[in-house]
Amino acid sequence: MGGKSAHYYPRRPAKAQSFLAKTKALLHTPGGLSGCLMIFSLDLLINAVVSGILIGGFYAAVTSGVSLSFGILDIVNIAHPAFIILGSYIAYIVNANLGIDPILTSIAVMPAFYVLGSGIYQVYYVSFEKRGQESLRGLAFFFGLLFITEVTLVLYFGVDYRYVEASYIGAAWHFAMLDIPFRILVPCLVSLLLIAALQIFLTRTFVGRAIMAVAQDQLALRLMAVDPIKIKRIAFGISIATASLAGAFLIIIQPVEPSVGREYIGRIFAICVLGGMGSLPGTVIAAMLLGIVESLTSTFYGPSWAPAVSFGFLLLTLAVRPAGLLGR
Amino acid sequence: MSMAEGASTASTAANSAAARALLQVDNVGKRFGGFVALENISLSVPAGERLGLIGPNGSGKSTLVNCICGTLRNEQGTVHFAGQKLDGLQAHQRTHLGLARSFQLPRPFVSLTLADNIRIPLLYTVARRRGSHHTAHEIEERCAKLLNEVGLGEKARRLPRDLTQVEMRKLELARAMAAEPKLLIADEAMAGLTHSEIEDILSLLVRLNEQGVTIILIEHIMSAVMSFSRRLVVLVSGRKIADGRPEEVMRDPEVERAYLGQ
Amino acid sequence: MTVRTPVFLLVWLVISAAVFAGSLALGNDYIFFAGYVVLQYVVLGTAWNILGGYCGYVNFGSAAFFALGAYSSVAIYKLITENDFYRMPIPVLMLIGGLVSGVVGFGMGYLTLRLRGAFFAIATLALAVVLQTLVVNWDFVGGSRGAYIIRPEQIEPIGNYIRYLFLLMMVLAVAGITIARLIEHSRLGYGFASIRDDELAAEAAGVPTLRLKLIATTISGALMGMAGAPFPYYIGYLQPSSTFGLDYAVNSIAMPLIGGTTSWVGPLIGALLLGSLQQIATVTISSAVNLLIVGCLLVIFVIIAPNGIVGLVHTYLQRKPEDFVGRRRVEAEMPGRVP
Repeated sequence: MGGKSAHYYPRRPAKAQSFLAKTKALLHTPGGLSGCLMIFSLDLLINAVVSGILIGGFYAAVTSGVSLSFGILDIVNIAHPAFIILGSYIAYIVNANLGIDPILTSIAVMPAFYVLGSGIYQVYYVSFEKRGQESLRGLAFFFGLLFITEVTLVLYFGVDYRYVEASYIGAAWHFAMLDIPFRILVPCLVSLLLIAALQIFLTRTFVGRAIMAVAQDQLALRLMAVDPIKIKRIAFGISIATASLAGAFLIIIQPVEPSVGREYIGRIFAICVLGGMGSLPGTVIAAMLLGIVESLTSTFYGPSWAPAVSFGFLLLTLAVRPAGLLGR
Repeated sequence: MSMAEGASTASTAANSAAARALLQVDNVGKRFGGFVALENISLSVPAGERLGLIGPNGSGKSTLVNCICGTLRNEQGTVHFAGQKLDGLQAHQRTHLGLARSFQLPRPFVSLTLADNIRIPLLYTVARRRGSHHTAHEIEERCAKLLNEVGLGEKARRLPRDLTQVEMRKLELARAMAAEPKLLIADEAMAGLTHSEIEDILSLLVRLNEQGVTIILIEHIMSAVMSFSRRLVVLVSGRKIADGRPEEVMRDPEVERAYLGQ
Repeated sequence: MTVRTPVFLLVWLVISAAVFAGSLALGNDYIFFAGYVVLQYVVLGTAWNILGGYCGYVNFGSAAFFALGAYSSVAIYKLITENDFYRMPIPVLMLIGGLVSGVVGFGMGYLTLRLRGAFFAIATLALAVVLQTLVVNWDFVGGSRGAYIIRPEQIEPIGNYIRYLFLLMMVLAVAGITIARLIEHSRLGYGFASIRDDELAAEAAGVPTLRLKLIATTISGALMGMAGAPFPYYIGYLQPSSTFGLDYAVNSIAMPLIGGTTSWVGPLIGALLLGSLQQIATVTISSAVNLLIVGCLLVIFVIIAPNGIVGLVHTYLQRKPEDFVGRRRVEAEMPGRVP
C-alpha cells in the first residue's frame, strides 16, 4: 500500500536510476565537480527527454479517444480511463491464459469495444442529451460508469498489480548514451500508427468528415440526409474502441491495478485541452510535451511528483490559453 | 428654475451630439478567426429613439448587439452608454446601467416559474440600482404586473416548458422590461408570429417607448420594422450601409441592391 | 407554509437533541461510530449540492476538499504535539479546515469557472490526484505511510470522545442544511438557479454570474473541509489513499442526485438513506460491494429519476401533471424575504 505512487515507472531502466544516484552523490560532494555533473546531467536529460517523447506517444493514444468524444462531440466522458483499464485487463486475461500478444488481443477486441461505445452513447443520448441534462446528470452518469467499472474490477481481480508477457518486454535498444526500452518504444510506434489512421479516417472518408462536421453544423448534415445522432454514435464507438488499444499499451508499459486509471484522468484532459480540443496533431504534440515534462520531473524530483505535473499543465492551460496550443 | 439647473442645461447644450446620445458606438470591429463579422460600425442613438436595425442573415446584427451588451468583446472601437464607457464591463454590469436585451432564441430559466423568471432581474438589477428595499409583496406585484402586460398573467405559476413559442417570446420581452432599462434591444422578437401577435408586441414596444424607453428593434419582418421605426440602420456583411429616415433608407439604391435583392 | 429560519433551526436542534439522547439511551457507542459517518455524509452531500444542485456545477473533488480539512487538522496536531497536547479544540480545527478548503475552492473556481462547466468538473477530478500527490510527498503529515492521531478517551461532560465527535458533526450537519435552506430561499438562491438554467440569460438579467459561482464554490468547499477536520480524531490513523478515496467523491455526488438536487431535503434524504444502508452493508457484506451498489444506484437514478426521490414523491403526491410547477411552488405562494 505504501508504494501507491512508487509504481509509476516500476521498470525504469536500472541505468537511469544509478545515474540519478550518482548525480545526487556528486551534488553532495564538495569540490569542483561541476564538469562531471554536467556530463551526467546531460546524459540524464537526454534519456529523460527521449523517454518522455516515447511515453508521450503512448499518451497520445490514450488521449485520442477523448479528443474524439470531448474534443469533437462535446461529450465529457470522464469514464474513458476506466475503459482503458478494462482493455488492460482483457489483454492481461488473454495473455495470462493463452499467451497471445496484448496488442493483437486488443485489436481483436476493438469491435466489441466499438459496440459497447455505441450502446453507451445511445443511452447517453436518450437519457441526457435529448433532455438537455448532459451537464449535470450526464457527467454523473459517466462518473458512475467509471466507478462501477473500477469497483467491479477490484471485486474480481483485487488490488494486485497485473502485468503481461511479450517478447519485446524487458528488451532494450542501446544507442550511444541512450537506452530505449522496447516496452515503451513498441506502444509509441503502434500508437502513432493508430493516430495516423484516425486522422486519415477523419479527413479523407465521408463518415470521418461528417464526424468533424457534427459538432459545428448539424443542420448541414441533416440537409445532406445524414443523421447526426448516428454519426455521433459511430464516433463515440470509435472513441471507446481506441481505449482497447490504449489499455494494451498501458499494461505493456506498466503493471496495472483497477485504480491506475484515475491517474490518467488529469493527464488525458490536460492533453486534450492543451492539444486544442479535437485536433489529433495537436494531441500528439501536447502529449509529447507533457511526457517530456513528466519524465524530467520524475527523473530530477522523483516519480512520486509526476502526477502533479499534468494537473499543473491543465490549470495553466485553462487559466492562460483555454483554446490550447494549436487553437485559434 | 434655479441658476444651477440653467447652467447645467447650457453646458449640456454646449456638448456635442455624441455626448447627448444615449448609446454611442464608435468604430466597433469584431472578427472570428479570419471572418470579419463587424467592420468600423459607428452608431449614435439619442434617448427616446425608435430605431430599426435590419440586414440579411449573417450581416452582423446579433454580433453588434452582443458587443453592445457585453456578451462578446469587440477588438476595435468603443461603446458609450449614458455617458459611460462600456469597454471592459461585464454583461451584468451593463444591464445594471440600464441596457437590456431580449435574445433571438428565447432563453428562459427553465426550472423557474414565469413569475420567478421575472423576479431575477427585479432582484439583481432593479433592487440594486435603487439601493432601496423592496418588500417581497412589492416584487410579487411587479412580477404580476409585467406578466399581465404581455398577457401571461394567468400563467405566472407555470414553468416555461408549458409555453408556446409566442408566449416564450413574450416572456423574453417581459424579462428584459423587468430590468427597467433605458435602452431595450429586441432581437427578432417577432419571428414566426402571426399578424395580430406582431401587432400586440409592436403596441407593447410603442407603449414602452412612450414611457421613455429607447428601443432598438432588430427584425426581418419589414412591415413591422417600417411601422415601428423612426429611423432605420442597415447592416450588410458587417458594414453599415445606410442610416436615416426609413422611407429614405428604403429608397437608397445601395440598400435595394445589397439587401432587398435586384 | 414556509417556516422562518430560527424556527427551522430550533426544530432541527430539538430533533438532534432527541436523536442524541436516544442514542445515549441505547447505551452502545457503536451507534455513535456509525452515526458519525452518516452525519458526515449529510454535510458532504449538502455541501456538494450547494454548487452542484443549485448552480449546476459538478464537483468530482469532494474527497480533496474533505481531505484538505482532515490534513489541516493533522498538520496542526503535528505542530502542537511538539509543544502542548490538545490545546486546539476541535471546533477551532473545523473552522481552520473550513477556511483552507474554502480558499482552495475559491482558487479553483477563479481559475476554471470563467470557462465552460465541464472544465471545472475535470479540474476538480485532477485536484484530488494532485493534492494526494502533495500529501504523499509531505512527510510532516505522514506521507504515504499515514499519520497517527491520539485522541483522548474521555471528554468532560459527555463521556466517551466519540460521542463528542458525533455531537459536533451533528451540529455541523444542522448548520449545513440551515445554510442550504437559507440560500435556497434567498436572492442568492434565485441567482444560483438562473445560473444553472442559462448563464448568458442570467448575465443579461443582471446576475453577476462569476461572483455567485465563486460564492458557491467557496461555501461548498468550506463545508466539506469542516466535515473533514474532525476526521483524523475519529479514525485515529489517517492515510492518503483512504482519505482521498473515491468513495467520498462518489457518495457526495450520489446522495444528492438520488435524494433530489433542487432543495436541501434531497441531500439529507439521500445521505440518511444511503449512509445508513452502507453502514449496515459494510458490516453484513463487503465494503466494495456496497460501493458498487451506490455506483449502480447513481447511474439508475440519473437515468430513470432525474429529480431523485424528492421528485418521485412529488409526482406521486401530485398525480395531476398540470399542477406540477416545480421547486418554486411553495415560495411562489409565500414569497421569501428579499434583501
